[in-house]
Amino acid sequence: MVNTVVEINDLRVEFPGRELRERPRLAVDGLNLQVRAGEVLGFLGPNGAGKTTTMNVLLGFVNATSGSASIFGVDVRQPIARQRIGYLPELTYYYKFLNTEELLRFYARIFRIPRGEREKRIAAVLKLVDLEAARKRLIKTYSKGMQQRVGLAQALINDPDLLILDEPTSGLDPLGRMKVREIIQRLKEQGKTVFFSSHELGEVETVCDRVAILHEGRLRVEGRVDDLIKQYQCNLEHIFLKIIGYQPLS
Amino acid sequence: MNNVFALAGVVIKELYRRKDFYVLFIMTALITMVLGSVKFFNDDRIVRYLKDACLLLIWISSLVIAVTTTARQLPAERESRTIFPLLAKPVSRAQLIAGKFLGCWLACGLALVVFYFFFGAITASREHAWPLGIYFQALWLHWICLGIVVALVLLGSVVFTAPSSNATICFIIVIGIMFCGGHLNGVAVHMGGSSGTILYAIYYSIPHLEWYDVRDFVIHDWGLISWAAWAGATLYGLLYSAFLLGAAWLVFRRKTLTV
Repeated sequence: MVNTVVEINDLRVEFPGRELRERPRLAVDGLNLQVRAGEVLGFLGPNGAGKTTTMNVLLGFVNATSGSASIFGVDVRQPIARQRIGYLPELTYYYKFLNTEELLRFYARIFRIPRGEREKRIAAVLKLVDLEAARKRLIKTYSKGMQQRVGLAQALINDPDLLILDEPTSGLDPLGRMKVREIIQRLKEQGKTVFFSSHELGEVETVCDRVAILHEGRLRVEGRVDDLIKQYQCNLEHIFLKIIGYQPLS
Repeated sequence: MNNVFALAGVVIKELYRRKDFYVLFIMTALITMVLGSVKFFNDDRIVRYLKDACLLLIWISSLVIAVTTTARQLPAERESRTIFPLLAKPVSRAQLIAGKFLGCWLACGLALVVFYFFFGAITASREHAWPLGIYFQALWLHWICLGIVVALVLLGSVVFTAPSSNATICFIIVIGIMFCGGHLNGVAVHMGGSSGTILYAIYYSIPHLEWYDVRDFVIHDWGLISWAAWAGATLYGLLYSAFLLGAAWLVFRRKTLTV
């Protein structure tokens, strides 16, 4: 039996117009999607396709206009739905007055990790993201790559069963990108479920089991990476461009 | 409550790692010590003026700390995007509001303890006495008053986007209530008619912060405030703070947060 970790049913998200007569903007339109336990799902689409809005609904930042979404069978509007997830936003900013260790301790406390286990867990994630030496430094003194790794560390502090990563490698140098990719690979081997959006299609092809391509708020294609490559007889980048209707300059 | 305490801890950490409190404390201390060093006409009663000035400075400083610290909490979380990794954890928006309130309120309490200890030391150096009972009552009521102010500013921070406009509006409301709040019913009696009724409605609906200003008891050594009045004011302040926090949660709970 396949366990469904994330279930999105007929999700519709509209944002009200900013001006009085402006029509509401439709961000997501009738999205149906399932993420199964242990798989890595790449959530793709051009800018403004509705990827981040969908993630925001899953994380409870945005309320759906209609439809439903659940994580581990719990409605996403319930805070407890987020007990077993780790989230890494596209841009990671953390409390400037805290150092990495204090930040992780704060988040570990929120997850109610017992005091004894807390320090072991902090040490383990800092080792994983290679930040042990800088654990006492204020985060504001870190480079962008290091800050992104702090983001990953905080996303892993509760040893989550589901990771939601919003463009985790955006703006990183090749070394940083490789590091993040290795971590995702390792999590996949540990049987974790990963739901991530990215514009790096080569990376998606390497890491993901399945992809879902969103365009103008609608789900256009969903399937296993291998199956899609066979079906379209081209790589993921070309499949993506075909689906969004890209016309090359003549 | 675990999440509320964890959030409050971060707020307190922020306060003591920023310079605002230290600047206000040093300014208060310097002004008081300069005033204390002056001997007008060799008058021994100068100690009352000194107490008056010191307590006024403490009230101003504590209001500045309460309003400015609270006003930036939620907007700063949104601006720096720290709210996203935070709310992506099992933290409800009600807990976020409660944690911010508790953190700011406790931080104000800690600042008050330091201020009042300084006040006590300055006074004791002149009067050679420590009237601890009235000091405790004054500090406690001051703290309860700041609880209402903190809750009011938190409500403002979910309504107004800019912390500066929220802080300005809240300062005007707080100072307006402290100066005029107690006289509105008297004015309403004189006005009569519908304007009088409206003024009465305002009088009964605003939080009466002026009740918590018991500086005269401390300055003129009037003795202790009745414990029943003290308890009543405490209860009133706690209920008012809870009401304002409930309103802040109602506004904030359905608010869309976009990354």
